[in-house]
Amino acid sequence: MRSSGHPLPVAHWERFGRETGDLWAVLLPVRHWTRGVWSFADAGAYDRAVTVDRSLLLSTVQMAHFAASGMLSFEGIVPGDINDVAIDELRTWGAQPFRRPTPASLTPLSQCYPAPAAIGSVLRLPAVMGIIESLVGSDPLFDHDFVHLRRPNDLIDQRLHADAILDPTMAFDIQLFYFPHAIAPGEGGTRYVPGTHLRRVNESDIARYQNVRGQRDFSGPAGTILVFHHGLWHSGRANPSSRDRVMYKVRLNPTVTQTRLWNTDDLDAVQSGPDDHIFARFDTTKVGHTLRIPEPWWEQASGRLEQRNRALLWRYLSGDDAFDVDYYLTRTENRMRLAGAFA
Amino acid sequence: MKQQVLFLWLADSALDSGVVAWALYDGASPKGTPVPPVDTTAEPPYNSGLEALRDGWRLFHVTPLTPPAPGAELQTSYLRHEFAFERFAETEG
Repeated sequence: MRSSGHPLPVAHWERFGRETGDLWAVLLPVRHWTRGVWSFADAGAYDRAVTVDRSLLLSTVQMAHFAASGMLSFEGIVPGDINDVAIDELRTWGAQPFRRPTPASLTPLSQCYPAPAAIGSVLRLPAVMGIIESLVGSDPLFDHDFVHLRRPNDLIDQRLHADAILDPTMAFDIQLFYFPHAIAPGEGGTRYVPGTHLRRVNESDIARYQNVRGQRDFSGPAGTILVFHHGLWHSGRANPSSRDRVMYKVRLNPTVTQTRLWNTDDLDAVQSGPDDHIFARFDTTKVGHTLRIPEPWWEQASGRLEQRNRALLWRYLSGDDAFDVDYYLTRTENRMRLAGAFA
Repeated sequence: MKQQVLFLWLADSALDSGVVAWALYDGASPKGTPVPPVDTTAEPPYNSGLEALRDGWRLFHVTPLTPPAPGAELQTSYLRHEFAFERFAETEG
């Protein structure tokens, strides 16, 4: 069933952010000045119905790792009996790409792949629903999916790329990479470069980068799901093994503002303040420390901009626009207010 | 003589800074040879651009230092410090 529209309350914020060229501008409409700090007007506005058991939602620590690296890994989250059926289903689908029936873009995920489709069983696993809900809300929209079937001894590496087109919005899609069978080290899988999700690049313009420090190949047990931010750099690897290799990827669009959708029971305990600063006082038990951990490929100067951009993403996720990592946002925001109309 | 091209992306604008990414395109390789397969366990061939010079590679391209576009000063995009080197290899035929 095709959705009749795209009722995104964040749509105009995204447009606002694009037009100003500044990601944090998307947060402005709900900020106000209280007791000397900027804060969100109504934290309760982010309350929403939880459709899975709260214990199945991600934790703040997991969300902070997602904000930092743009991905999360859930090894063996899909049970073996579902994997076994899914392998056959996906191998059949993978042999006829673009000719199999698929849901239409904009279809609510809850209406996609009804039983007995094995892939529907995967997407409706409570643990998987908890991951999805934490990142893009309880019933995101189906964007598209694809079955990546690589035949034995297919030795061509796909070039490094980010999916779709350059996408500077603060609201983000997620992509689930489901591996129904085990991938051993060296068998090829999906290559990805953690922490690249906030780089503004256009699809395969990055193909020249044959190797990037910190890149990884997926290897792991059957039933593993990787969850990527839409901007993460990745590529399909060669299949040097003597068997088919199959992987299912689905892209999901949020329909709600992605603020505090996870299990926030631990948020207050680990949230950093604007003064958490590596060159002054800092707390290694807080979210800020997770967001300052560098990637091996970071350049010296751009790495600081990466921290700043991670902090902006965390402001959006946590609804706390006083949050900062190493004072990069707070320093200039305080000074900009001094200049007022002269800025 | 066939050209071999080595790209190194460095951690800052200094040629002796560390390598964050790399690529090799070998014009001396036989036709039909795929580009080197990605080896995610591999270390870069050199630890810096200076090391590549010392090994005989000739530098022919450096990304200029240009101011960021107005309005995009705080955004990150492509790797900023690209250095391209060449050397020539003898081939048969």
